Amino acid sequence: MTAATVAVLVELRDGAVTRPTYEAMTLARSLGTPVAVVLADDFDPAEGARLGTYGAAEVRIVAGDVRLPSRAAAALKQAVGDAAVVLMVSTFVNKEIAARLAVATGAGVVVDAAGAEMIDGRVETTQTVFAATWNVRTRIESERAIVAIRPNTTMAEPAEVPGVAAESVVTVDLPAARESVVSVEPVPAPEGVPLAEAPVVVSGGRGTNGDYTLVRRMAEVLGGAVGASRDATDEGWISHEHMVGQTGTTVTPALYLACGISGAVHHRGGMQASGTIVAVNIDPDAPIFEISDFGVVGDLGDVLPQAIARIEERRRAR
Amino acid sequence: MRILVTVKFVPDLQSQRSFTDGAVTRTGDDGTMNELDENAVEAALQLKEAAGEGEVYALTVGGADAVAAVRKALQLGADHALHVSDEAIAGSDVFGTAKVIAAAVRKVHEEAPLDLVITGMAALDGLTSMLPTALAAELDWSQLTLASGLTVDGGTATIVRHLPDAHETVSAPLPAVVSVTDEANTPRYPNFKLMMAARTKPVTTWTLADLGVSPAEVGTGAARTRVVVAEERPPRENRQIVTDTGDGGNQLADFLLERGLA
Ligand SMILES: Cc1cc2nc3c(=O)[nH]c(=O)nc-3n(C[C@H](O)[C@H](O)[C@H](O)COP(=O)(O)OP(=O)(O)OC[C@H]3O[C@@H](n4cnc5c(N)ncnc54)[C@H](O)[C@@H]3O)c2cc1C
Ligand SMILES: Nc1ncnc2c1ncn2[C@@H]1O[C@H](COP(=O)(O)O)[C@@H](O)[C@H]1O
Repeated sequence: MTAATVAVLVELRDGAVTRPTYEAMTLARSLGTPVAVVLADDFDPAEGARLGTYGAAEVRIVAGDVRLPSRAAAALKQAVGDAAVVLMVSTFVNKEIAARLAVATGAGVVVDAAGAEMIDGRVETTQTVFAATWNVRTRIESERAIVAIRPNTTMAEPAEVPGVAAESVVTVDLPAARESVVSVEPVPAPEGVPLAEAPVVVSGGRGTNGDYTLVRRMAEVLGGAVGASRDATDEGWISHEHMVGQTGTTVTPALYLACGISGAVHHRGGMQASGTIVAVNIDPDAPIFEISDFGVVGDLGDVLPQAIARIEERRRAR
Repeated sequence: MRILVTVKFVPDLQSQRSFTDGAVTRTGDDGTMNELDENAVEAALQLKEAAGEGEVYALTVGGADAVAAVRKALQLGADHALHVSDEAIAGSDVFGTAKVIAAAVRKVHEEAPLDLVITGMAALDGLTSMLPTALAAELDWSQLTLASGLTVDGGTATIVRHLPDAHETVSAPLPAVVSVTDEANTPRYPNFKLMMAARTKPVTTWTLADLGVSPAEVGTGAARTRVVVAEERPPRENRQIVTDTGDGGNQLADFLLERGLA
């Protein structure tokens, strides 16, 4: 039996392949032979070569305006050919692309997956549901499978045997779309690692009272990204892109530090699968403590500066 | 303005949610209308009110208990309630559900054309967010998803989409499938009069036969995915909560340092 072709939809940021894409490439190798698909007018060959070190046998480059999910799905459908598995990073836009591609190809889909395996010729995935209080294993019964995988759930590792990464340009017919994009206003990327990919997330909620200085400082010290609760983004204390939760970004960092966040079910849904959870809250009855590995009942205005000072002191002593 | 809103019956977020035989347990006791569908109902009501005329239909697909979801929509102000219920639908995946919803939408659309179908951005049980896209594809209507703002002008709908890296404005001709986020509006509370009226308002119930959908196209048999294992995650072990009496920050730092997290 020859290994299944596993097409991986490549994500680019400022022209560079993102880390979640390398995570997906790593996962793809365990399922079959990875083929990278890049939807971009302009692609740096050095990036293609790097995809090879993660095992890409081929890099297929597709040019054309694919801003609308229906067009991206049409491009992907042509570029992946008869690949048995299509892997992508789980984002809101990719879920739409996955749904379109599935309608067009009859593939079964799992989004927000935390892992995938090939078992008896079919893909089985794992996910967490109900605010990460349940683990679910799903078998994709159809011949073709589409899996959208969450960042930070597979460790990105280069392949022992690099792939050839033979680059080819695929020409596709893009269908006319009913929708038209009237305008696109780029959102400046926050400094540092993007929230969804960060190994550490330090979040502040209503308890910050609008002052994010300490939260930002802590994130800096721990090399993490800054998150927030919806109450904080609704107040306009911090921009919407920082919101963690069921309707914001879902994060699964190695460490999640919640400061002045009560731990409402909507918030927990976006962070409860994190590796280690730590909370600082003045209310001993805050629900966030129920899901914390370590908690400090106290004022974040006292606790954070002391913790930062101690960490810095220990580092200097090393 | 004629609008159909899809509302899903899901276990209450605050309840003990669970799985039975690979499917989300849904019972009347702790089930309710998906919270994010309140934003969809609100968006429809606001458009109708702004237009000064129109009809809002609330549609749910699900077992007998699911009628609670459309009742809730009636309490909020929807004019008509539609409930598609058929044993053959049980176990459907998103594509089976989209087929059923599309058939119901076409049935209403044939009686008198609809302008919009409005959905929530995600159902807070599985959180797949795929139904709106699958429905637009199935109907072959315009797709305007993840709207945090929606306007309709003449025969065109325009939305604003807040993506992590860009804010997009997208427009498309009607009829369109629009999914709205929780940023789109603030849902109203049901008022007493509507709540009383909703109790006695008729709910139209359809089976697959009424919609001309073959049972073979939906349900467990047609589902492309199957939940093979579902288990509750064990609670975190060795949880440690300390009270700050002057050195809480140091204790926090030590915890992180010991674990190699700082
Ligand atoms: C449909 C819907 C979707 C939603 N989606 C999301 C979502 O995706 N993400 C999200 O986060 N929320 C979401 N919410 C909102 C959610 O229900 C909560 O309202 C929100 O998470 C609460 O934010 P908070 O914890 O910052 O505020 P609060 O609940 O007010 O908690 C603030 C906490 O700070 C503590 N505190 C106060 N002062 C201090 C201090 N000096 N030091 C330490 N602690 C202090 C308090 O004890 C309290 O526990 C959603 C709501 C709805 C209805
Ligand atoms: N069985 C259903 N009945 C009615 N509406 C549904 C159903 N399933 C999904 N929807 C709608 O589709 C939206 C997205 O759901 P989902 O794709 O399941 O996350 C929900 O907010 C509902 O508006």
